[in-house]
Amino acid sequence: MKSRVIKVEQLARVEGEGAVFIKINDGKVADVKLTIFEPPRFFEAFLRGRKYSEAPDITARICGICPIAYQMSSVQAMEDAFGVTVDGQLRELRRLIYCGEWIESHVLHIYMLHAPDFLGYEDALLLARDKPDLVKRALSMKKIGNDIMNIVGGREIHPINVKVGGFYRVPSKKELEPLVDRLQWGLEGAIETARLTNTLEFPDFETDYEFVSLRHPDEYPLMGGRFVSSSGLDIAIKEYEFHFDERHIHHSHALHSFEKGKGPYMVGPIARFNLNFDRLSPVARQIADEIGLKPPVKNPFKSIIVRSIETILAFEEALRIINQYEPPGPAVAVQPKAGIGFGASEAPRGTLYHRYRIGGDGLIKDAKIVPPTSQNQATIENDLRKFASANIDMPREQLTWKLEQSVRNYDPCISCATHFLKLEVD
Amino acid sequence: MKHDVILIGVGNEFRGDDALGAAIAREFDSRSIHGLKVMTESGEGASLMEAWSGAYHVIIVDAISSGQTPGTVHRFDASTTKIPRRTFHYSSHAFGVAEAIEMARELQLLPSTLIVYGIEGNDFTMGRGITPSVQSSMAELIKRIEQDVLRMSS
Repeated sequence: MKSRVIKVEQLARVEGEGAVFIKINDGKVADVKLTIFEPPRFFEAFLRGRKYSEAPDITARICGICPIAYQMSSVQAMEDAFGVTVDGQLRELRRLIYCGEWIESHVLHIYMLHAPDFLGYEDALLLARDKPDLVKRALSMKKIGNDIMNIVGGREIHPINVKVGGFYRVPSKKELEPLVDRLQWGLEGAIETARLTNTLEFPDFETDYEFVSLRHPDEYPLMGGRFVSSSGLDIAIKEYEFHFDERHIHHSHALHSFEKGKGPYMVGPIARFNLNFDRLSPVARQIADEIGLKPPVKNPFKSIIVRSIETILAFEEALRIINQYEPPGPAVAVQPKAGIGFGASEAPRGTLYHRYRIGGDGLIKDAKIVPPTSQNQATIENDLRKFASANIDMPREQLTWKLEQSVRNYDPCISCATHFLKLEVD
Repeated sequence: MKHDVILIGVGNEFRGDDALGAAIAREFDSRSIHGLKVMTESGEGASLMEAWSGAYHVIIVDAISSGQTPGTVHRFDASTTKIPRRTFHYSSHAFGVAEAIEMARELQLLPSTLIVYGIEGNDFTMGRGITPSVQSSMAELIKRIEQDVLRMSS
């Protein structure tokens, strides 16, 4: 019996650490394992007994790339529990800082993590060697996102300004003004990026996924709204756990999410785009039309194009918000009380769900956090299985690269909070 | 306006010995050394490149995993020595410290001096606490960083 094993011990260009294991027996895919380390279960446990107001700061540490997403999902959940409404300019400010995060995360992924695959470079360094101006532009675009987060959030990587009810401090119009010219420049860069991604070569690989995202009455979803799916689901955020569940897979520390009665599903840019095409901002929609991108997008490799359209949207939204900005009071009053709160927002990688039970003393009794990458885990494995099966005779090196790329399609933040400098010293 | 020296503590405070960078940053922050700016970063490479663009001399402090004895103090002068790509694993953020240094070198965005300091870590599992073997080397690390800071800001 002829059998092959493809093992990628450490997935490159993926946030965190991950490994792929595929076994091929006699020309058939026998086993697929995507090994993921460290879901936020430590944080769920750590949050118990902490004050409700600490949730944004603690959960922000779950992900170095998307702290705002965790903060926004957590404050929404707390505000839900206490019956607090944050709207008007405060809500716009939240949307602004979220745009900053989308910009920095999407641009990083498009250029540093994903584009090298399509352009035939082993990594972003080699891309930079060949096309320094392209990479420099990407870094400048990303910096605008970080600067938005800095000005509104107080500090780039773990913004400290966000709290339940609003902010500790709001920026003045003057503080936001310098961003306008740079955002205009960034918007042009994002448009060029979308056109560039449209010229890339994509494998012929389509699947009928169950797409899931938030949907809002008038906005492209960033925060709040309802959960919708491509098969017709339409539920309030607080009903999430009636329809979605997780099971522990023996080979992975992560939990595989599934939709009850349906199975694996996909969250993230492609899902959002497919379910909210009519909510795209004007320029984002114009460019999507220009490049012929419209729902349903079913090829996960094309996530890079969708991400670039969302980057256009983020720049547009940031400009819109700043242009109409009038500084509000920093926060609305919050009176904690016993109860359960549900929150969800669209992290760059997909829907992020938080649920907290709070005691009468304002302390967290328990927490549930479902990151987007956990939710995509089963779908990524399915992609790997399907791609390997369809390309069983591809030369090993090429197949390995394509399978790694299949994982990178999802911009997975596998072990969001992991870091250490690994060296091999002779 | 550029600072003389920036010290950047890199890592995740919740992940065992990975809290080293933040701990060292806190130590130097509390000393309020003139000319020294102290920052903390998660380790994402592009953000690091932005962070160090604010100074002529940069010291990065990070937990290290290279297979050596836990507690070993490391020092690399990245401004003069090219870090051979194969000697670095991809860090867990795929565009991490090592990648950022080499990218910056490629794009001529390295500061005049860039020193990477670290201590070989022992345990990086989730849950707070720097392990004893790393803790016991922190005093030496701080001393060596002090010397570099003095030299850089004079």
